Amino acid sequence: MAYDKFDILTSSAVPLPIENVDTDQIIPARFLKATERKGFGDNLFRDWRYNPDNTPKEQFVLNNPIYSGKILVGGKNFGSGSSREHAAWAVYDYGFRCVVSSFFADIFRNNCLNIGVLPVQVSPEFLDKIFKAIEADPNTQLEVNLPKQTITLVESGEQENFAINDYKKGNLSNGFDDIDYLLNIKSNIEKFAQNTPL
Amino acid sequence: MGKTLFDKVWDSHVVQRIENGPDVLFIDRHLVHEVTSPVAFLGLKNRGINVLYPERTFATADHNTPTINQHLPVKDELSANQLKALEENSKAHNIPYWGLGHEKNGIVHVIGPENGITVPGATIVCGDSHTSTHGAFGAIAFGIGTSEVEMVLSTQCIMQPKPKSMRININGELSKAVTPKDVALFIISKLTTSGATGYFVEYAGDVFQNMSMEGRMTVCNLSIEMGARGGMIAPDQQTFDYVQGREFAPKGADWNKAMTYWETLYTDDDASFDKELTFSAAEIEPMITYGTNPGMGMGIQNDIPLAEAVEGGAATYKKSLAYMEFNEGDSMIGKPIDFVFLGSCTNGRIEDFRAFASIIKGRRKADNVTAWLVPGSHKVEEAIKEEGILEILQDAGFELREPGCSACLAMNDDKIPAGKYAVSTSNRNFEGRQGPGARTLLASPLVAAAAAVTGKVTDPRELLELQEA
Repeated sequence: MAYDKFDILTSSAVPLPIENVDTDQIIPARFLKATERKGFGDNLFRDWRYNPDNTPKEQFVLNNPIYSGKILVGGKNFGSGSSREHAAWAVYDYGFRCVVSSFFADIFRNNCLNIGVLPVQVSPEFLDKIFKAIEADPNTQLEVNLPKQTITLVESGEQENFAINDYKKGNLSNGFDDIDYLLNIKSNIEKFAQNTPL
Repeated sequence: MGKTLFDKVWDSHVVQRIENGPDVLFIDRHLVHEVTSPVAFLGLKNRGINVLYPERTFATADHNTPTINQHLPVKDELSANQLKALEENSKAHNIPYWGLGHEKNGIVHVIGPENGITVPGATIVCGDSHTSTHGAFGAIAFGIGTSEVEMVLSTQCIMQPKPKSMRININGELSKAVTPKDVALFIISKLTTSGATGYFVEYAGDVFQNMSMEGRMTVCNLSIEMGARGGMIAPDQQTFDYVQGREFAPKGADWNKAMTYWETLYTDDDASFDKELTFSAAEIEPMITYGTNPGMGMGIQNDIPLAEAVEGGAATYKKSLAYMEFNEGDSMIGKPIDFVFLGSCTNGRIEDFRAFASIIKGRRKADNVTAWLVPGSHKVEEAIKEEGILEILQDAGFELREPGCSACLAMNDDKIPAGKYAVSTSNRNFEGRQGPGARTLLASPLVAAAAAVTGKVTDPRELLELQEA
């Protein structure tokens, strides 16, 4: 599925300083019953965000109006557990275009990259700086620069580089997906398939 | 320089290498279920393309299915829609579909091996993280997201950078009542839930060599719970014997051709790993988890660790114990429980039901316990009946449900109520995993059985000793 190109994103951020946030928290299984990719943002962090009677839990960060923005900042090992891409869809559909953490679970990271959400892995120290900056000023601006592979705390100018392979960087910059690439080499794939032992 | 088992299988499936990018990896077998596939099929429709190799694709309904009254129409409208979508998509693309009521229906990771779809040296993917199960056969098997499901449906390939390699060696003899589930929970407790992220794991040593195929499946199944994309065990005679003769396994000349390849599938003596860990079998006790991720596990006789003794964030740790309503330093033994769940792709096979039955035989289900016993497939269900296990279960006051993922992820009606404690043989104890507010204690079928008959957390060795006395 095509998505918006990613270039430079400057935004305030929503802090979630919890470790091991698993995809069951990002979107619980009972909201995976759809047959189309629609409306998953409504159930992002459902059980942390709402009480059983569907009233908002006021202390949860997404219900706190002082925090907003297109960047979600999470604790270490973000997105562990289930492979459900619905978790990445929910993050995207809610309005986030970038997730920052000091460590990502593999499948969640891939799922994000495949739908145009940029996972930015920073050092634990830089993550801590981001959390502290947001705590001091909820309107703290972060600049995520994909071409230069940098993330910057705009006001202080503190900056870190982040890694992404050239292929995925190209895809995100151009809004391409892997299927476009694979369909272009289909004849190679078919030739390969003829010689597999299984 | 020699190659690892993983290198051999991965490298033989690379269609193309992209510099400073992923490998294009050919996928031999693709397993599809109702929850993570509909949007992928929709993508194919939007692009106007078909499934490239339907004969390499297999579909079943398991995640979102009821485990009682499967002969009746599914009541939940959204669930029924999702099942209908898979049935129609399978039909439109000529994919074999084993829906509710079909004799081959069951949990996707149970029916793959049962039907000979899972074979050594294959690349196997499914839109489910526990696809790592199939690594028990020396296959590279891992879970993928829906965009990747669409990739594999349309091109039989996936684009992935080659992961790093890790070997986990365990030698020695396992103690009494220590099952493959305990071995896996032990490893995860040592590595944490992110300790193997970025790696593909090979399990080696006599503990795994001496383990049954089903035990190996349980261990490989849980690889994802320490962050690894997958885990694998070198195939041996036991593996080949298990596969031979199953419906979709190679036959005749194809079998011989496959064996020629399979016999090369071991790690060379001079191969090296990015990381190597070694544990002793004697260290491993029957395990139980006390927190909200599978790494928060310990020997059942131990006390819940103090926050100060735990690596990482104390705040996250305390939040986890608060959710469970447990205290640092608590003993788990004797804690009252409300539910027992035997089943899932982790522990829903016949050996798991045999183990459960070995404890409950001649005993009664505790009155305060609701037990959901859910076979992994119709074939497992049949074996339970044929071996007389059903009778043992019924005599002890238990009922058997119909196959499916059930309370492992609680997408259907099998939800543990808020605040209740469940001893579960499944794979995840995340907050709300088994139902909003539910509290999960992960354990082996033996520990689950001991809890089911005593109504509290109980060391299964005590009950086994009573039987022997």
